[in-house]
Amino acid sequence: MTMMKKLLASAVASALMASGAQAAISDNTVKIGYLADMSGTYRDLAGPNGLKAMEMAVADFGGKVNGAKIEIVSADDRNSADVASSTVRRWLENDGVDMVGGLVASSVTLAAVGLLEQNDKLGLVSGAAAASISNESCSPNHIHYVYDTYAFSVGTPTAMVKEGNKRWFILTADYAFGHALEADVTRVVEANGGEVVGSIRHPFPTSDFSSFILQAQASGADVIAMANAGSDTTNAITTAAEFGVTQAGQAIAGLVVFLSDIHALGAEVAQGLQLTTGWYWDMNDETREWSDRFMEKTGTKPTMIHAGVYSSTMQYLKAIEATGSDDAQTVRQHMIKTPINDMFASNGYIREDGRMVHDMYLTRVKTPAESTNEWDLYEIVRTIPGEEAFRPLSESKCRLVKN
Amino acid sequence: MTMIFGVPLAVLSGQLLIGIINGAFYALLSLGLAVIFGLLKIINFAHGAMYMLGALVTVVLFDLMGVNYWVALFLAPLLVGAFGVLIEYFLLRRIAGQDHIYSLLLTFGVALIIQGVLTNIYGVSGLRYAMPDMFKGGINLGFMFLPYYRAWVIVVAMLVCFGTWFIIEKTKLGSYLRAGTEDSQLMQGFGINVPLLVSLTYGFGVMLSALAGVLAAPIYSVTPVMGSNILIVVFAVVVIGGMGSIGGAIITGILMGVVEGLTKTFYPPASSAVIFLVMVMVLMIRPTGLFGKEA
Repeated sequence: MTMMKKLLASAVASALMASGAQAAISDNTVKIGYLADMSGTYRDLAGPNGLKAMEMAVADFGGKVNGAKIEIVSADDRNSADVASSTVRRWLENDGVDMVGGLVASSVTLAAVGLLEQNDKLGLVSGAAAASISNESCSPNHIHYVYDTYAFSVGTPTAMVKEGNKRWFILTADYAFGHALEADVTRVVEANGGEVVGSIRHPFPTSDFSSFILQAQASGADVIAMANAGSDTTNAITTAAEFGVTQAGQAIAGLVVFLSDIHALGAEVAQGLQLTTGWYWDMNDETREWSDRFMEKTGTKPTMIHAGVYSSTMQYLKAIEATGSDDAQTVRQHMIKTPINDMFASNGYIREDGRMVHDMYLTRVKTPAESTNEWDLYEIVRTIPGEEAFRPLSESKCRLVKN
Repeated sequence: MTMIFGVPLAVLSGQLLIGIINGAFYALLSLGLAVIFGLLKIINFAHGAMYMLGALVTVVLFDLMGVNYWVALFLAPLLVGAFGVLIEYFLLRRIAGQDHIYSLLLTFGVALIIQGVLTNIYGVSGLRYAMPDMFKGGINLGFMFLPYYRAWVIVVAMLVCFGTWFIIEKTKLGSYLRAGTEDSQLMQGFGINVPLLVSLTYGFGVMLSALAGVLAAPIYSVTPVMGSNILIVVFAVVVIGGMGSIGGAIITGILMGVVEGLTKTFYPPASSAVIFLVMVMVLMIRPTGLFGKEA
């Protein structure tokens, strides 16, 4: 009987392989869509340079996979879930797009992954932070590659509470992303024996933070944490520097901070700021080599999203090459089985919930004296192992995970 | 410690002062709008873009030519003001006398173009502009730490606001301006070059906005989109003060800064809405605004 089963199984397998070989790569073209904010708040941390990173990956791969040509299309999602939905729908239903990469704003991403599942195509999320993307909203059709709010709130707060900064004050952007981050930070601070002495929900976006910084100063907290992103974070940090927050003995914790933000602030203003990053250009020869090439094309050093777009696109193309198919499930399964060792991650791996698990890095912004050039901004204080950085599968609410 | 509605008096005093400082910005910006609307009847939706240009030009002048803050304080508004004159001469003049909506749409379009082009060049992360050395640090007032620079902002804004009000309401030049927009044909007959006067007035309103931009450069993130966030608030301030009322724009600007500051203390999430709430209430009770003349 077992013999019979094995025979049957191999027959089915070979039939599948035969049909797979026929279908191989649909339209004999691998078509990739790059969807991101190309002109708004998130332009510099992903934007047009993310597209350049994707183009670099395709060029480095040779422009063809198993004889099929690789095409890239791109669009500006304008941080609108509506715009994203109509674009992705058109791509998947009419234009034969096989994979959508980029995906930066969480709202945009949540809209896109629904459509990807309906059409059984693949999404490689390099920007969106909401942890739900690989938790409650996980699907068999996307992978969450670079970071999430869970990982951001583990790194910096844990380290800072352990250093003796027990009393926290949180400046929260007043929308879903900020609330989620505030909740995550509060949980981590309290779990490590600290307490949150106050928080402010500020309108999104806010340009003048002086009033809020004044309240944070009066709270007597050890740490002022920024549960916001982009221009809100840079404006708040600038104002904190102006009002002498760090000179008066309070520390500032950045939660979702990108190299482009710190570069805009400069070492003078941002010095001493602790933050968590998924990647930094100046970690080893491989990251430096790739970043130099990126800078030649774009004029800036890459953010962790840029590196994530390159790496995820590369992994995707390698999976197509290895399986000979651009079918979403085939490719995703192969990516899950294949460890990731490249300029972005060492021993990274993708879990069944779509979470790419890799090391995160606790960093401190250098002082102007330590910084040798305008991009020499981070000192890596601690490597946070992937298992510690990301939500363990045992706590997962993802429907693909059996708990 | 003395408490007022659960907020320590010291904190409250600090918030009042911060409110006055932010109000000084609003006053400077709404003053420019009020001058342009009051004298030219142009609804200048490019005002935020001009504020941004003031800040951006300051940064770029420094990066490219090492022009320092003090020079930029005069040079940037002049350059942006000259740009404003060009816009008036080549675009706005063509729709003079048409319904207000045309000037609104035209200036809105101009603002979008300027912002879009500059976003492509400079990105949105913000450009760095170092605080001038003499303004580094601040003074401890007991109830708060006041950075020197914020004190400077109040002084400059108040001087410029008062000066503008004085010129327009109390001098001969101001009377020409007001008369020229009231009855331009008559003024032409008196030998006054009204079109030039109109160009210069628009340029002056733009300069005020650009000056606010220069003042903002060291303390706010300088990005091509910084003006679009503040524009709507400033419009609300002008509406509350009474469209076109010069003095009204100044007083309302400061008042709204304080109202916003207090909201940020007692209920921060409402701070972006409170000025519009005031606007609705004022319009219901006094449709011409607090200081507007009866229509």
